[in-house]
Amino acid sequence: MSELTDEMKAKIREHFGHYPTKQAITLPALHMVQDAKRCVSNKAIEEIADMLELAPSQINDTLSFYGYFRTEDAPTGEKRVWICRSLPCMLRGGEELLAELCERWGIQPGQTTADGKVTLELAECLGACDGAPCMLLGDELSLRMTADSVEEHVKG
Amino acid sequence: MTNASFEPVLLARINKPDSASLASYKADGGYAGLRKALDMTQAQVIDLVKASGLRGRGGAGFPTGMKWSFLPQNVTGPIYMCINGDESEPGTFNNRILIEEDPHQVLEGIVIGCYATRATTAYFYLRYEYGHCYRTLQKAVDEMYAAGLLGKNILGSNYSLDIHLHRGACAYICGEETGLIESLEGKRAWPRIKPPFPAVEGAFRRPTVVNNVETMACVTHILNRGAEWFQSMGIPKDPNNPRDAGSYGPKLYCISGHVNKPGLVELPLGVTARELIDKHAGGVWKGRKAKAVVPGGISMGFMSEAELDTPLDFAGPGRVGCLGLGTAAVIVIDDQTSMVDVLYNACRFFAHESCGQCTPCREGTAWSTKILERIRSGNGKLSDIDLLLEISSSIGTIPGTTICGLADGAAWPIKTAIAKFRPELEEYIRSGRKSAAPQLVGAH
Repeated sequence: MSELTDEMKAKIREHFGHYPTKQAITLPALHMVQDAKRCVSNKAIEEIADMLELAPSQINDTLSFYGYFRTEDAPTGEKRVWICRSLPCMLRGGEELLAELCERWGIQPGQTTADGKVTLELAECLGACDGAPCMLLGDELSLRMTADSVEEHVKG
Repeated sequence: MTNASFEPVLLARINKPDSASLASYKADGGYAGLRKALDMTQAQVIDLVKASGLRGRGGAGFPTGMKWSFLPQNVTGPIYMCINGDESEPGTFNNRILIEEDPHQVLEGIVIGCYATRATTAYFYLRYEYGHCYRTLQKAVDEMYAAGLLGKNILGSNYSLDIHLHRGACAYICGEETGLIESLEGKRAWPRIKPPFPAVEGAFRRPTVVNNVETMACVTHILNRGAEWFQSMGIPKDPNNPRDAGSYGPKLYCISGHVNKPGLVELPLGVTARELIDKHAGGVWKGRKAKAVVPGGISMGFMSEAELDTPLDFAGPGRVGCLGLGTAAVIVIDDQTSMVDVLYNACRFFAHESCGQCTPCREGTAWSTKILERIRSGNGKLSDIDLLLEISSSIGTIPGTTICGLADGAAWPIKTAIAKFRPELEEYIRSGRKSAAPQLVGAH
């Protein structure tokens, strides 16, 4: 069984014409896999490397640099919530919000709830300081969060 | 021009219904600047942008027209434009709002800039967290292709251009232009040693221009309204300083932290922090006073309350001991907040975001954070302050120990906090207090 679906492979090939090198498609390919599988398995790394004519270690080198991708031993839950803790959010209760969510969900930042539903992440500045404290759910920002409103968003 | 009579330009279309669509942009006169540019020679467009005095809005303030003219002449083969939409400096959100609300204003400037620099491919590097921006931009780019504003022979001219969106993966260092290029190429975002500068050898080892999002929106308006209009606002060049390039044009100021109305305001360059807080952000919250204000993202350092009348143009913050204007992201800290907690937050940010390539930055940011953790735990020593000062004076490109400016940025909050708030830091250490902030244990 291939880790990359035919659809993913087709999407990766679509990118070939956009860049002068195949290596430039590393991040787009990793995003496709992470979004679909909640992690990037070693097999997926090998398959991406094969398509981009690179060594798997080159893909892994890039993957491990960025805070976003998860390896197969640490997939995210069904949803992934990032709470910002940088200065503008910290000044308006971002750290207290994170602490409250840790308490309610019984996990530390980086961990996933026991039912596998939510992964809680701490983020550095998310770029929504006008609505501090803010949250990223998937790739959508939400502003002016409380623990209750985070839970509503996660349920919704 | 006084600030009272100023009419926003960059934010003029924000909050209009359907402001992100091509139809509404065109109804408001959109793409007239591009038509004008395509009737000019490339050199004329560059000269116009040079004459406007536009300086890059991303943080460094480099003159945009000059940057474009650094591309080698008579290049054979592709030239690339990279748009830096990796906006990650704490306090900064102006590009997010520009893209979400008025993407065509930005994209028009990109096409004009690409035409001027003879780039035939532009990569719009967007931080991953801006998913809404990504979808808005993709829709706008699709509309442009359908309308003949991108692709082959734009608006019937001989000029052809493709724009590709490229998403980052949550790393601050990708906002450094050569880190961005490495990331675009599919590698870890380790900044490159310069020279060669990107204009000579950038993306895919080709001549490359890297420009900020707001900068490109300014280009659109310069084409529409002319260089004189742009020069009619802001702070003129200092005639006694031949190296001063002046601070012209409108600027987006982000206001966050302890104010009643955080948000984005457009004003001529040179408004004071006090005016921004009192007139445009509803004052400091809860009837309190400001203790410290960050003028342009945390890597610029802190201004004290007594320094709030400093004009926030490119030169202003430097006159009160800060690094510069940065991203014009103003973060207000009230008088009930501990500067130990604030400085810890800044140091931890840089320790988290140091790419690890250069030892002084990797170790200096980590150790400054550890020292502040010790102080916050009530176990600090007075000598820790000198230790922090030593770290802040030995990391960064200014002493010449690192490849990029991240470590300089990490040093300025430390230097300015100690220069301006030393008695408070010493009192905290002497008291042996523990920080009231929650202890968070992160997995990374």
